[in-house]
Amino acid sequence: MMDVTLTSLQQLQNHATNHIMRKKVGTFAVLTVILAYFTYIFFAFDIIGLYQKSSSENAMTLIRDSYSYKVHVTRDNRSGEIDIKIEGENKGAYPSGTAPEWVNLAPKKTVVNLGSNHTITLGDKDVVYDVPGYGQIWAEPSNGGVNARFPDGELPDFISVSKNRLMILTDQGRLTVTRNRTEIFRYFLGWELFFFTLDSPYYGLSVGEIVSLAMNGEASEILSDFWNNRMWLHKDVAWAIFETILMAFIGTFGAALVALPLAFLAASNFAPSQSVRFAMRRIFDFIRGVDALIFTIMLSRAFGPGPMTGALAILITDTGSFGKMFSETLENIDQKQVEGIQSTGAKPIQRYRFGVLPQVTPVLMSLVLYFFESNTRSATIIGAITGGGIGLLLTQAMYTQKDWEEVSYYITLIILMVIAMDWFSGKLRSALVKGSGNDTV
Amino acid sequence: MTSNGVRYSTPFFYGYNMRNDRTPATVEKIQDSYVAMMLRKRSYGAILLLIFVSMMISGFKVAQDRNAGSFWDGIHRIFDFPAGVISEAFEKASELPAHTATYFPALLETINIAAASTLIGAISGMIMSMLATRGLAKWPALIPVFRRLLDLMRAVPEIVIALVLIFVMGGGPVPAMIAIAFHTTGALGKMFSEVNENASLKPVEGLASVGANWTQRMLLAVVPQVAPNYISYALMRFEINIRASAILGFVGAGGIGYELKNAMSWGQGRYDQAAAIFLMLFAAIVLFDQISSKYRSRLTHGRQSSEVIA
Repeated sequence: MMDVTLTSLQQLQNHATNHIMRKKVGTFAVLTVILAYFTYIFFAFDIIGLYQKSSSENAMTLIRDSYSYKVHVTRDNRSGEIDIKIEGENKGAYPSGTAPEWVNLAPKKTVVNLGSNHTITLGDKDVVYDVPGYGQIWAEPSNGGVNARFPDGELPDFISVSKNRLMILTDQGRLTVTRNRTEIFRYFLGWELFFFTLDSPYYGLSVGEIVSLAMNGEASEILSDFWNNRMWLHKDVAWAIFETILMAFIGTFGAALVALPLAFLAASNFAPSQSVRFAMRRIFDFIRGVDALIFTIMLSRAFGPGPMTGALAILITDTGSFGKMFSETLENIDQKQVEGIQSTGAKPIQRYRFGVLPQVTPVLMSLVLYFFESNTRSATIIGAITGGGIGLLLTQAMYTQKDWEEVSYYITLIILMVIAMDWFSGKLRSALVKGSGNDTV
Repeated sequence: MTSNGVRYSTPFFYGYNMRNDRTPATVEKIQDSYVAMMLRKRSYGAILLLIFVSMMISGFKVAQDRNAGSFWDGIHRIFDFPAGVISEAFEKASELPAHTATYFPALLETINIAAASTLIGAISGMIMSMLATRGLAKWPALIPVFRRLLDLMRAVPEIVIALVLIFVMGGGPVPAMIAIAFHTTGALGKMFSEVNENASLKPVEGLASVGANWTQRMLLAVVPQVAPNYISYALMRFEINIRASAILGFVGAGGIGYELKNAMSWGQGRYDQAAAIFLMLFAAIVLFDQISSKYRSRLTHGRQSSEVIA
């Protein structure tokens, strides 16, 4: 008796040790495989080359532009004309002869105050930048390029100079002098002209003044100036957001409407025959396999760019997913309710309407709502491909590579839109679960 | 057999009770109010349905108005493009194997983007989900912070990050990988934290009592419990990510999507290359869908062998 227990104990111990050993080895094997895979990816994706390729200057521009804006003060060195433009765009140009208060326009002696005692004086031909703690930098464009004089000593890092170009980059702003033009950038926090452009009478007024003007019957003018803002295009952006949500809405709910009857054909307990069921399943699999990308390309050839194309692409793709999921849901229903309805002599349609649909509606609706939320995200991407909605605006702003404040504005809007849809669909889904609890139980 | 008894006794009892406390008038009242309720419910349903249908129709009209081509103009052209591609593919069927070989590296890149981003997303999602689950979190006070962070990561569409990173890093697979991994972290983190909530805390407490630190407790007490569910969710995400990485390629992030865009831009006469890419993409998606759903059903419906748990 004693003997047996001892050996079996030993056996058990051995068994346990081996088991743990095997698991340990297994864990390490998995870790090794993951590590090996990442090493492979490291070389396959050429991470080292990427490090050299990536441009930190681009990253800096992007980050700086997202929270600040710059005003360009440009002098044409031939004519001596000075213009002042927000973000260098014609839409943001100050009318000639006017200037913000930090620029003192005077013939042949315009003084640009960059703040913190940095001043730039645009003389007849020359330009003088007074950098506190360093000294005066003098430059003059000439036929051969740019002549420049610096204070004694070694050139600091913030100055880069060549025969044709002088650039001074300080914390306060940037001065570039070339043969043709002298350009000064001054940076400010925020998004300028977000509410009103310079040509609007409401530009520069405080919130209180705007409100009191709105009270005095100018509300519609104020709104229209804001809505038609040429710099930020609020009207187009609002339409784009609406288009994106519309694509997701039509796509998701349209797909649900198409998929519901088809799902009955693909569910084992409703299919008229096994071959129909098999065929339906393969069709769903095929649609899911073809994928949104290919449908998007195919449909944009037929319908051209726009939100309807995107909506139809989502509709077709999701019909496959919904068909599969709906038929699985239908296969899992409780047959008793259907039999109960049948026992009263109901026809098939009535059986589906009163025996099946009440059971599956909450489940299907919550699936559909979940997809609706995730399709708002897909609609952004599909919009970028078909050319509709906020995705298009985002890619356009990206490709021009200058309006980064608009890019960050769109990104913020997209994230807010998705979060709002997430919240909305979550609310509806929890309401459905609660509602169905009262209904069926 | 008992149903017989019930059938006989029920009317008797009910009838007896009703006759005593409830007059036929009340029965009628109940019936009336029931019918009224049903009618109300039906009319609500009908109104909702009407609103929904009119929203669908007017929404579709708006979408059509803002579209370049209208629905009825385009519907008969819908198969022109696939037909053109297919006929060209048949004409030049002999060249398809060569195209497949040419574009295989691009397909591999797309799959690699999906796999690497799923792995990275699963690992970071695992860590974040543990930090966001009550009972497991290292810093319980920060649970809401990590939850919101996961929500935010989930909300950012991949294309946003991919486009920004393409600008900073230049084109190629890495921007897509980072973008998808970011979104995957949020999506998997949320699912993982739901799984974590069902994990038993006893092994965690046991390990804590012998002085294990947080990492050890998580790796040795929680992960073995939740690994099958984690892997199942991660596989599902992998399927989604293959599609996402193909689509991101189309906006410039490398892989088969990028090649597809190029092949398409050459236009008619060279659709055989596009056909090869379509076929490869379709095959890859179906293949990985099949593998993943096989493996997932094995993970969730028993046959949970020890070799699976990693």
